[in-house]
Amino acid sequence: MEKLMEISHVSYSYHSMQGETPALSNINFTVHKGDFLAIVGPSGCGKSTLLSLLAGLIEPEHGSILLYGQKLFQKTSGTIGYMLQHDHLFEWRTIEKNVLLGLEIQKKLTPVAREKVYDMLKTYGLYKFKNARPSQLSGGMRQRAALIRTLALEPELLLLDEPFSALDYQTRLTVGDDIGSIIKKEQKTAILVTHDLSEAVSLGNRILVLGKRPATIKSVVDISFPENISPLERRNLPEFKDYFNKIWKELNHDE
Amino acid sequence: MSEISLAQQKFLLTQKKHRRTVTISRMCIFLCFLGLWEGAVRLQFIDSFFFSSPSRVVLCAYNMAADHSLFGHIGITLFETITSFALVLIFALIITIILWFNKKISETMEPYLVILNSLPKSALAPLLIVWLGANYKTIIITGMSVAIFGSILSLYTSFQSVDPEKIKLIQTLGGTNYHVLTKVVLPACIPSFFSIMKVNIGLCLVGVIIGEFIASRQGLGYLIIYGSQVFKLDWVIMSIVILCLLAWGLYSLLSRLEKGYQKRMS
Repeated sequence: MEKLMEISHVSYSYHSMQGETPALSNINFTVHKGDFLAIVGPSGCGKSTLLSLLAGLIEPEHGSILLYGQKLFQKTSGTIGYMLQHDHLFEWRTIEKNVLLGLEIQKKLTPVAREKVYDMLKTYGLYKFKNARPSQLSGGMRQRAALIRTLALEPELLLLDEPFSALDYQTRLTVGDDIGSIIKKEQKTAILVTHDLSEAVSLGNRILVLGKRPATIKSVVDISFPENISPLERRNLPEFKDYFNKIWKELNHDE
Repeated sequence: MSEISLAQQKFLLTQKKHRRTVTISRMCIFLCFLGLWEGAVRLQFIDSFFFSSPSRVVLCAYNMAADHSLFGHIGITLFETITSFALVLIFALIITIILWFNKKISETMEPYLVILNSLPKSALAPLLIVWLGANYKTIIITGMSVAIFGSILSLYTSFQSVDPEKIKLIQTLGGTNYHVLTKVVLPACIPSFFSIMKVNIGLCLVGVIIGEFIASRQGLGYLIIYGSQVFKLDWVIMSIVILCLLAWGLYSLLSRLEKGYQKRMS
């Protein structure tokens, strides 16, 4: 499979007047096209920092991040989509205007692009709400709208920063299922950061286990489930428990 | 909508009664005040030379309206207030945007703004008049001086309180600082912009009256100061009443604008 992103020897620290806090140290991994990579680790271990680095929002202090063999810099934002923890839909915009925000900023709001976004809204059941305000939508619908906003720019790599953590458990399962299927259907490569192990196992095909701060990669677990099975159905298979336990052990190993 | 339950009907009725009581009480206070004032003057408990009376105020306003001098005074005060208010809004917005874009400038300017904001601005007025002359421009600047520093500080604070995650969102969509400003910061600050406006319209009026006290031949502030010097207390009290009405009118105009915005947003 084609190499999409290559991360080698990446380290990063936060600086303040009180001193230096190392967040990541010597991170190496490769993302192939079509991967669904899940990154798990204890909270505060630097998972979000890693995503910000991959998105090109901050620069690594050491090491390099290559996208298609080229150095990552901030204006690659067309190829990389980032989904944050909260949907951050703007209340002063309608749903339609919200999902078009990225295109508007990048001045790519052509009739063709707009039509594509409308198609996505239709496919994912939001078209009839396009003139509604975000507050009129349920948590799950808002999260779907946020995903469409990200997908509108047609990114090749999707970064998901605990995008379900703000939802209640019930919604979380269905939205996770939903969004997992959408990403599969749109044939995107995705990196999901989460502290919920079952979420990682149900969505990912490879799991990176990070250690405590400063984070290093403790282990990489390959996940394989039968093809064409939804994230929700994965949870019912016997392998699910085994993977869960394996990652659980990796996380708590040597502490 | 056709079927309203009994409990709901009862609730609506209590609400209606409550509102009516409040309105009637308000009117009562107003009428009692006028009645007591007029009565006290008529029965010569207080001297109408010093205290005027509602009827004398009305008569005075009527006479001044008849010879058109009243409208000139109101007009000039209103013009100065609205001009200084508009200029405060424009300058406060521009300066705040500059401060927001450049952290070095904003940190450098902060103590100056804080000091200028806490300074009693009436102290500046005499100086401004010496420097700029006794004309309506000076009065407009006096009006601005009262409101502008506070506006900048509160606007800057509301710029700063925008959710950093929302700013991050714009960055993840490939936006620059300019996009952060136009797509997030400005729209997010519109509600606080309205409340800043509501505070400042009153402050501008204060500034304009201060200016008129010391450097004017026209306007309600002039009427008040001149009336008190020549013991024409009818003028003074009439001007104060008109100022009350002006302040109330301007404030409710802004409230209505704000309500209109909120309605459009829901």
